[in-house]
Amino acid sequence: MSEMKKIKNLKEFSTSADRFEGANLLCPGCAHSIIVREILNATNDDLVLSASTGCLEVCTAVYPYTSWDASWIHIGFENSSTAVAGAEAMYNALKTKGRLKQPDRNPKFVAFGGDGASYDIGFQWISGCMERNHNMMYVVLDNEVYANTGGQRSSSTPIGSSATTSPAGSISYGEKMNKKDMMGIMAAHHIPYAAQVAPNKWKDMVKKIQKGFATEGAVFINAVSPCTTEWKFDPKDTMMLTDLATDSLVFPLYEVIDGKEFNITYRPKNVVPVEEYLAAQGRFKHLFKDEYKYLIKEWQERVDANWAYLQRREEAKV
Amino acid sequence: MAFDKMELRDIEVWDGNFAAAQALRQAQVDVVAAYPITPSTPIVEGYAKFKSDNYVEGEFVMVESEHAAMSGCIGAAAAGGRVATATSSQGLALMVETLYQASGMRLPIVLNIVNRALAAPLNVNGDHSDMYLCRDSGWIQFDAFSPQGAYDLNFIAFKVSEDHDIRLPAIINQDGFMTSHTAQGVTTMDDDTAFGFVGTYKPMNDMLDFEHPVTHGVQTEEDWHFEHKARQHSDLMLKVSPKIDEVFADFEKLTGRKYSQVECYDMEDADVAVFCLGTSVETAREVATEMRAKGVKAGVVGLRVIRPFPFERVQEALKDVKAVAILDRSSPNGAPGAMYNEVCAAMYSHESSPLISGYVYGLGGRDLTKAHLVDLYNELETNVKAGKVTTQLQQFIGVRGPKLSFL
Repeated sequence: MSEMKKIKNLKEFSTSADRFEGANLLCPGCAHSIIVREILNATNDDLVLSASTGCLEVCTAVYPYTSWDASWIHIGFENSSTAVAGAEAMYNALKTKGRLKQPDRNPKFVAFGGDGASYDIGFQWISGCMERNHNMMYVVLDNEVYANTGGQRSSSTPIGSSATTSPAGSISYGEKMNKKDMMGIMAAHHIPYAAQVAPNKWKDMVKKIQKGFATEGAVFINAVSPCTTEWKFDPKDTMMLTDLATDSLVFPLYEVIDGKEFNITYRPKNVVPVEEYLAAQGRFKHLFKDEYKYLIKEWQERVDANWAYLQRREEAKV
Repeated sequence: MAFDKMELRDIEVWDGNFAAAQALRQAQVDVVAAYPITPSTPIVEGYAKFKSDNYVEGEFVMVESEHAAMSGCIGAAAAGGRVATATSSQGLALMVETLYQASGMRLPIVLNIVNRALAAPLNVNGDHSDMYLCRDSGWIQFDAFSPQGAYDLNFIAFKVSEDHDIRLPAIINQDGFMTSHTAQGVTTMDDDTAFGFVGTYKPMNDMLDFEHPVTHGVQTEEDWHFEHKARQHSDLMLKVSPKIDEVFADFEKLTGRKYSQVECYDMEDADVAVFCLGTSVETAREVATEMRAKGVKAGVVGLRVIRPFPFERVQEALKDVKAVAILDRSSPNGAPGAMYNEVCAAMYSHESSPLISGYVYGLGGRDLTKAHLVDLYNELETNVKAGKVTTQLQQFIGVRGPKLSFL
């Protein structure tokens, strides 16, 4: 077993040896790089990483440069999960056969994908990896939109959001569908560990990631990743937006162990009205017209109902 | 727990699928990621059974689609070890995206394709539509004419593909059912000899070497993409062919079985020839022998290596023949046959060229009979006598209804 990395405070955390370089092409204010650093910095163990086609990939591995100081692979849009599962299978084979070059190491296998790559096109691949219980972690960088291709809706895009393929207009309030419950679906695979995380709550995040790394078997992580470009907010406000997401309970932080044990890991002292979360983002601007204000009320009701549901599950331990 | 070796008879009665499965066992593949599809399924079932019976130590990952199968193979190959899988038809079609990724990332992977028709209409039987589907995918592509070829070419493919000067994935084609499910005598190697031929996998840019982290699968745009593709093509054109010759020669030295990139049968003095792939090569050889007994100087050219296309060797094989029939076992869907076009391109740029006619046959498992081939040789004889192609350039063989011909 590898030793868990001890992290005392944020300063120490933010200055620990970085295997994801600041030299990358992600937008200023993009939460992806913050999340990736928090995950990579949570361990001192060796890493085998993958990314699906998307913002993270196109911004961090443009030949002849790389931002990755750990083994990393990109194949396509839908298969970052299976890429890492294949590498994990090879690790097991070479371990059995005694052909590992550094047999004393405890590598962690981590795949990254955006919500388009995870909720939509790569859904089946992830489901396969979770069902087969590969010893790996799959991380969704969930910015609720196809950001790399310019803002099309995915099945993670929430209702009322204006996306380029579900734009708000004179007779439309934008996206008509509710966000897919990916956490619920992944937990239903009865994998050892699934958790929702947010980069502003870094202690909660590190705890969950370390728990994930200590888990034998498949781990699913859904990370909220506010997108300055498509959510339309000032790049300096990324953490403020993340605070609004977690404190309004639009993005509740919780974990599911073995698909059964359900723990809420963050209870905001002062719950922020959903309206404030929506008002901070250009993608919801049209909802504040008189004819769509009922949607804001519905948003609040939906978030309240979901929070009540999560608490009931936690209480019932199911 | 060490794995067990298997005692084989010198000659086993195996179909093409089991021959390929045995080759994967003897090559001690590290990871097989696979998904079932008729008619290739028994290859990976065979491997799974070997694992259950402790005849292999490698990992077997039964994934949820063919796309995932090749995705897993790519991840495994990049991690640094010997990787193989098998598929057919629709499965290959689903896998195609990843074929280009595997070759572009220069990862040695061996893929057994048991050739089968492409829907619609749905059909499980053999033709070469799927083979042509990955024609331009950047993989080295071999063609087995029999279970023996399916066995031998797997070892040859690993050795060529994994060579550090090559680092390109390789396909071994075999005909669905006609080869894959038809048991024949296969001359075997014992386990130590077989593994000795391919040797222990030598990793390169392996993700599991933590002292040397690597980035696989980068982005390139107009600044570098062309150079990468040009380099890959250049290696296929210049490096692979001599390497295949070298490995064929090593294999002959070891087993006495001789392979050539272009397999010529009775071609030294042939006037008329049939050019084809797969099991049809063996049928055509039988008919050519019978035609010779009737006084027709008939020969057969079988294409053993489809990619890199052995352009000069095809020229060499056909330059002195008077008429040749190019057989395509795939619907060209609005053009001359793919193989017809390739052979024509080779012969057009050679100073002497035979009369060339194209034939489309055997779609969806339709038999190519000896009678068809007798007719075909006779037609070539007529062309030779007339000094021109007397038929249309493209004819369909063995299809119902009035004779179908074009161009």
